[in-house]
Amino acid sequence: MSTALRTVLPRRVLDGFGRAGNVSCRHVAPRSIEELARVVESASREGMTVGFRGSGRSYGDASLNGRGVVVDTTALGRMLNWDPVNGIVDAEPGLTIEGLWRRTIEDGYWPAVVPGTMFPTLAGCVSMNIHGKNNFKVGPFGDHVLEIDLLKASGEIITCSRTKNPEIFHAAIGGFGLLGAVTRVRLKLKKVESGMLRVNAFYAKNLDHMFDIFEERLGDSDYLVGWVDSFASGDATGRGEVHQAHYLHEGEDPEGRASLHVERQGLPPTIMGFPRAHLWRFMRPFCNDPGWQFVSALKSFMAMLSDGKSYLQSHVAFAFLLDYVPNWRLAYGPTGFIQYQIFVPHETARETMKAILKLQQDRGLPNYLSVLKRHRPDPFLMTHALDGWSMAMDFRVTESNHEKLWKLTEEMSELIVGAGGKFYFAKDAVLRPRDVERAYETEKVDRFFALKKELDPNGLFETELARRIFGSRLDATATGTQKTESDARPYREKSDAPPSSEPIETRSTA
Amino acid sequence: MPESTKLTAADFSEFRRAIVIGASSGIGEALARDLAKAGSRVALVARRKNELDRIAKRIRETGTGEAYVHVHDVAHFAEVPELFDKIVEELGGLDMIVYAAGLMPEIAEGEYDFAKDKAMVDVNLLGAMAWLNPAAAFFEAQRRGTIAGISSIAGERGRRGNPAYCTTKAALSTYLESLRNRLARYGVNVVTVKPGFVDTAMTKGKKGLFWLISAEQAATATLDLIRKGTGAAGFVPHRWALVAWVVRHIPSFVFRRLNF
Ligand SMILES: Cc1cc2nc3c(=O)[nH]c(=O)nc-3n(C[C@H](O)[C@H](O)[C@H](O)COP(=O)(O)OP(=O)(O)OC[C@H]3O[C@@H](n4cnc5c(N)ncnc54)[C@H](O)[C@@H]3O)c2cc1C
Ligand SMILES: NC(=O)c1ccc[n+]([C@@H]2O[C@H](COP(=O)([O-])OP(=O)(O)OC[C@H]3O[C@@H](n4cnc5c(N)ncnc54)[C@H](OP(=O)(O)O)[C@@H]3O)[C@@H](O)[C@H]2O)c1
Repeated sequence: MSTALRTVLPRRVLDGFGRAGNVSCRHVAPRSIEELARVVESASREGMTVGFRGSGRSYGDASLNGRGVVVDTTALGRMLNWDPVNGIVDAEPGLTIEGLWRRTIEDGYWPAVVPGTMFPTLAGCVSMNIHGKNNFKVGPFGDHVLEIDLLKASGEIITCSRTKNPEIFHAAIGGFGLLGAVTRVRLKLKKVESGMLRVNAFYAKNLDHMFDIFEERLGDSDYLVGWVDSFASGDATGRGEVHQAHYLHEGEDPEGRASLHVERQGLPPTIMGFPRAHLWRFMRPFCNDPGWQFVSALKSFMAMLSDGKSYLQSHVAFAFLLDYVPNWRLAYGPTGFIQYQIFVPHETARETMKAILKLQQDRGLPNYLSVLKRHRPDPFLMTHALDGWSMAMDFRVTESNHEKLWKLTEEMSELIVGAGGKFYFAKDAVLRPRDVERAYETEKVDRFFALKKELDPNGLFETELARRIFGSRLDATATGTQKTESDARPYREKSDAPPSSEPIETRSTA
Repeated sequence: MPESTKLTAADFSEFRRAIVIGASSGIGEALARDLAKAGSRVALVARRKNELDRIAKRIRETGTGEAYVHVHDVAHFAEVPELFDKIVEELGGLDMIVYAAGLMPEIAEGEYDFAKDKAMVDVNLLGAMAWLNPAAAFFEAQRRGTIAGISSIAGERGRRGNPAYCTTKAALSTYLESLRNRLARYGVNVVTVKPGFVDTAMTKGKKGLFWLISAEQAATATLDLIRKGTGAAGFVPHRWALVAWVVRHIPSFVFRRLNF
């Protein structure tokens, strides 16, 4: 009786957060770092690729791998050490942002950078080098990581920091899980004196106005984020709402430190009388163009009414707004949605983003949720951030709009590449190697793959995302692993042709 | 049985790439040949290499479709995951899988033989799970595909003649029903085929057969059922549904006195 992974591992149909693609994967969730190392070793021996997966909160195919094994590190979720004096945590890769803040907030610490949801794992945040609504001020997640342990393809675990293996440190953070397994993360948290934030809301009558609000407040904000009504057109193109937030300092919170209690950070069980757990069902009938246009207009109207309002909000309520409605992604229906996030240099941002919004309207495919943020450059090799602006956009996918939507994203990608912009792979489901090669400096991608060759000489670590966006770059590194047919429902094609039998470059025409 | 239309080129796109387990004789063979005739690329899986080669040769001679031979014993469960991957790669994807492998050894009056029973559980039930699990995951992810399992009317009731055979077929029918309920929402068609008596090696020399149809007729009726595309359980030929209904409703105190 063989104990080969290929034989014994169960299959799981996994998706990305957007649900627009599904892959049947061999799945394993090791219970210890030693077990993880053994799985990696066996996969290597059997010639199967390994893709890592945290909470699967990336929107596209970043944590899927139909051609080998998916190693899920969520069972490795222990906090190894917490230093409440200096706010430094050591944790296993699968500890979630939620697991983290729940245990640190009462000591007066909050993660300096968090995504819009609290479910991602630390390793997921490291591997995508995620950004928050404060990227312009505090940089990405990686800027607050002091040290990581990385398991190489050889099974050896190395510690990387700004002084130990600094080149690997700056590449594995934001390395899409392609250089090795993150097995430990040491993170510095932000000291906070209150569990609340002071939030100010501003109505923006169009995109220029929104940019003006951002620029005016950039110097004196801890967080800034804009919501854009992508259905508004003409002079109102890009209208929406900006939220600015500040940390409260000693004496500014009327309750003092009491607001740091975990229970004070909870999300309410109901919203406007609706039980949260079922709210997505209520949203479902609105998830179509006219329905959402109505919702967006209503939201814009409310934003106009609350212009200039100022209130206190808990860290959780402000940061994880999207977690208010559990399962909201289901509202998009069985064919799901894609998120597409563009990063545009400051100089060209206003015009490019206006053009992007207009293009969507011209093509009859306005997105349902656009979020504007300000960014700054950082020292990580494959970083998505730049001195500029980003807009994250959710597009509903249907059987009938699929082809048109992918065409639209190609057009948008051309615009972005032309404007010197970049993309964010945690949110991506559509990019092709040609977009990526042009958007990222060749010299940097070369360096990334040189490092990959060094840490993973046989191309053991792979994901659906990596195959889609890096194409032949991966083949050049992968020599030892055997390729078997992927069970992917490909992101880029109609259902018929098998994804892997065609060169990635030509998929768009299928 | 009702005259049914043969598979046309229009249907065939749904079954372009198929696996037939238990393709070396009887119903499985006839299905494989029908599919190839319509142009499908079919992977033929069973233990007897010479039979599979013979069928593959005939398929190649007719000039439509394509056949790939894989010698495999379904009771060797550990081989399945790798072989499944290999076949999917060879076919360039997968549209359909048929599980037709089955075993019905003669059980004599007064005979209680665990080895025979276990062999039936292995081939009729566990082999089906070993093969249909990866196929189900593949089709769920693909949001499309067809799974057909050849069960039997024997699973409708526990008859005295062959306890383990009835058990495996009842279990297989339930398993397929569950798969159907699991996968219908993903556009996957799961079909339970319940033949009555079919003239194959399995029934050769057996007494008390009636309404006997040929393996080819059974295959055609099976494809008809599959092509309905709704996900269904059906008797082949349909008139057995009546028998099944009657058999299911015979009270136990009567049933135990029957030799049926
Ligand atoms: C509602 C919502 C809002 C979001 N908001 C933001 C936001 O504001 N800003 C932002 O930057 N992102 C945001 N994201 C994206 C999210 O933060 C990232 O996709 C993050 O990587 C998810 O973490 P995860 O644990 O789910 O990892 P997964 O999605 O499972 O994996 C992400 C990557 O990490 C790799 N990986 C996971 N574990 C390991 C490991 N142990 N070792 C090596 N590699 C590993 C995977 O291979 C994959 O490449 C949002 C996502 C959602 C669903
Ligand atoms: N005939 C009937 O009246 C009747 C009625 C109802 C249901 N059925 C069902 O129909 C199906 C097909 O049977 P049939 O009538 O066509 O009989 P058959 O001609 O004996 O076919 C049985 C098939 O199963 C294969 N098989 C058996 N054991 C196997 C193993 N260990 N590994 C791999 N393959 C194996 C055989 O191939 P190898 O021997 O080459 O391995 C052969 O291809 C069976 O499930 C049977 O239960 C038959």
